[in-house]
Amino acid sequence: MTAIENPKTYKWVGTRPIRHDGYDKVVGKARFAADLNLPGQLHAAYLRSPHAHANIVSIDTSKAEAMPGVKAIVTGDDFPALDITDPNHDVSINVLARGTVLYHGHAIAAVAANTKAEAQTAAAAIEVEYELLPVVLGIDEAMADGAPLVNEHNHQKFVGPSDPSNIATHTPLERGDADAAMAAADIVIEREFDCAHVHQGYIEPHACVIDTGADGKANVWASSQGHFMVRAITAAVLGWETSRIKVTPAEIGGGFGGKTTVYLEPVAARLSEKAGRPVKLVMSREEVLRSSGPAPGAKLRIKIGATSDGELTAIDGWMAYQVGAYGDFAGMVGAMSVASYKFPNLKLESWGVLSNTPKTAAYRAPSAPHAAFAIESIIDDIASELSMDPIELRLKNAAVEGDLTAMGMPHPRIGLVECLEALKASDHYQSEPAEGAARGVAVGFWFNIGEQSSATVNLNEDGTATVITGSPDIGGSRASMALMAAEELGIDVYSITPVVADTEAVGFTDVTEGSRATFATGKAVVEACRELKVELCRRAAQTMGVDEAEVEWVDGAAVSPSHVGGEPLTLAAITAQAKRTGGPLTATASLNAAGAGPSFAVHCADVKVDEETGQTEIVRYTAVQDAGTAIHPSYVEGQMQGGSVQGIGWALNEEYIFSSDGVLMNPGFLDYRIPVASDLPMIETIIVEVPNPSHPYGVRGVGETGIVPPMATIGNAIKAAAGVRMTSLPMSPPKVLKALGDAR
Amino acid sequence: MSRTHITCTVNGEDTDFLANPGTSLLDALRDELGLTGAKEGCGTGDCGACSVLMDGKVTCACLVFAPEAQGRNLLTVEGLSSGAGISGDHLHPLQQTFLEGAALQCGVCTPGFLVAAKALLDHNPDPTESEIRYALAGNLCRCTGYDKIIRSVQEAAVQLRSAK
Repeated sequence: MTAIENPKTYKWVGTRPIRHDGYDKVVGKARFAADLNLPGQLHAAYLRSPHAHANIVSIDTSKAEAMPGVKAIVTGDDFPALDITDPNHDVSINVLARGTVLYHGHAIAAVAANTKAEAQTAAAAIEVEYELLPVVLGIDEAMADGAPLVNEHNHQKFVGPSDPSNIATHTPLERGDADAAMAAADIVIEREFDCAHVHQGYIEPHACVIDTGADGKANVWASSQGHFMVRAITAAVLGWETSRIKVTPAEIGGGFGGKTTVYLEPVAARLSEKAGRPVKLVMSREEVLRSSGPAPGAKLRIKIGATSDGELTAIDGWMAYQVGAYGDFAGMVGAMSVASYKFPNLKLESWGVLSNTPKTAAYRAPSAPHAAFAIESIIDDIASELSMDPIELRLKNAAVEGDLTAMGMPHPRIGLVECLEALKASDHYQSEPAEGAARGVAVGFWFNIGEQSSATVNLNEDGTATVITGSPDIGGSRASMALMAAEELGIDVYSITPVVADTEAVGFTDVTEGSRATFATGKAVVEACRELKVELCRRAAQTMGVDEAEVEWVDGAAVSPSHVGGEPLTLAAITAQAKRTGGPLTATASLNAAGAGPSFAVHCADVKVDEETGQTEIVRYTAVQDAGTAIHPSYVEGQMQGGSVQGIGWALNEEYIFSSDGVLMNPGFLDYRIPVASDLPMIETIIVEVPNPSHPYGVRGVGETGIVPPMATIGNAIKAAAGVRMTSLPMSPPKVLKALGDAR
Repeated sequence: MSRTHITCTVNGEDTDFLANPGTSLLDALRDELGLTGAKEGCGTGDCGACSVLMDGKVTCACLVFAPEAQGRNLLTVEGLSSGAGISGDHLHPLQQTFLEGAALQCGVCTPGFLVAAKALLDHNPDPTESEIRYALAGNLCRCTGYDKIIRSVQEAAVQLRSAK
């Protein structure tokens, strides 16, 4: 349902057509990267480190080279050493280790052979001599004075050079006087929280097929959230010019941020170059879990002060994110993501801390879920101490336009209040929880980003249109592009063919990340369509023999009051005559979009806690989110539902479990358990529409915010149901049982 | 290693292929028969993306050796529709309701869900929501939160019952 009607009405925007790429996906024809095969193709496999931290003394590939079917072997020595200041330095030593392995599962070498089995057998025959180094796994351990270095090449690269340390980033943010405000507060609650590493858990493992030709150019088919990103990083790691690589996006089987970087492509390209044959490289699920992603673990100490009438006066927070063996932006964003409440006084510092664990990658609103888990838990406790309704307390303090985020940026027009009001008025909130269940609510925020996008729109001679963009479609964005183009051009949505084109067929486009595709790429599509409408009117004026200024584009046709007795000239009629009126009708728009409107969400969960087993059952769940304008409401709901359920998994089940020597003990979906259908109820959705003034249709990105509220929503519901405040994720049965025991 | 000659029925057609005894049915379907609808999401039977019907039963093709298909009747997602036109006229009701209900986002798990849902509806034409959720609990979807998948199966069940 839509809670607040967008004041504008559209013919196509806001409708729910079947997505254009859907047919191929329900009949098994959609081509994902692992479905592709090229003539003469080899298969590749990795040798990965059995140690979490070790120097590589020697690598002997001679036995492997002599094995049946083997055509090429690469190690780190086959790639240029990038300078520590190069932005691709870390990814270059992550795709294949150089000198030192930094986590268990770090790739050391790769083999291309006639069959996958031959490649695997040969990879296992590569002999490596290691010199073991101390393994650092925990945040406290890594931050302690005199801690062994996780990665001797690490510097605080995001905050300026310093001596190597285990600190990747340190981000202090301050305004007002938090100490004084805390001392003056009527109520202060302080708690410590911790969050385990979780994985993005896309069902499709990373995959690519690469053919490096005799001309030195590489053709890449890859699963990624951005093929221009794949081109750029692959070229940098190989030491090539960007133009040597063409990347064609395959269908992508889920990403959630985890496919915003590169693991396979430089390795497969070099193998293909060496062997002179196409190479296919596909990760196993175990490799995905050991060596890609995950999202950081974290430890947070948060203190919030309030007046007795529920005004939040100060927040003081220390947040440490465990970002893996390399510097990562994750540690910076935690503090920056504090933006839901006014907080006149604020003192936050967030840290990015290294450990001998896999390099972390973005995961849907990266770093915000951890911070929201802590903050929204404490806010709930304040509401409870003050006997206030949790929504009323949040409404009293909710950020509105002009209020500052933790970074000191004033919010543009945002819809947090509208989301809270929508939940308050919902059937869910107005109904009592079922017998034995209790309720929790929490808020989530995500910035969203704009970045660079290009779009080309070609009008075809039969009156149809081809909309070409460079944004991989990971959740229905092709349908959104087609809907916006249909609205602009006034033609049927099925007269539009949305295409995600390769790096040589469309202008540069940044990664599908930051919930930006429908916002920024959509904006480029709209701009190109508007340019075409001007040209269509010009052509029509010529045909009608009237002045161009007297022609208007209305509902898919050119109309002119001066064209006496003449019918409107349809798009199809104009394109059919294009040859005579000036040639093909095509337009391209490219932009670096600003004004991605932030999206807020409010979630509500009713849960039952089994006090004998510690199991939490979700009996009802509602997600409310501001979409600005929902272009295709079904896929907006889909983002909200998918984000909610990933958050439910994060809240209740999912965690990386490492042995003391840094080996991931649950590298499969049996033991790394993501939610299944029988764990869940329906996920009710309420789309709030507070249009984003920076987008022609008011779009706000919706992809990420939905994963931010669930952990605190469920933690607050568990508190209400069982009386225990859970401060450690996941809130798995053993932890809940222990908390219940401690409380007795 | 000598390859085994396997004959079976795949999507209604008599089919034969060669495979090493250690090859999984999934690899044989994908690499020997070109049926790439079934996906490998885990290779350990945990995700259901490789689901096919073997004599009508949902089976993880990654957990079956190719020679075990000898003499069996297999159905993959490619065999669900009777020649899919863009109009959707020939799609199986599940395929149509998945499209209309936006039950897929990335689409990589979709073939497995369709096959598993068909098996459910074949022997339980009127399942409860809970029965659908348990029948599909062996299929992982990370995009949708399952809501729209469950609703699409419910809708397909209604359509299939009314068509009888």
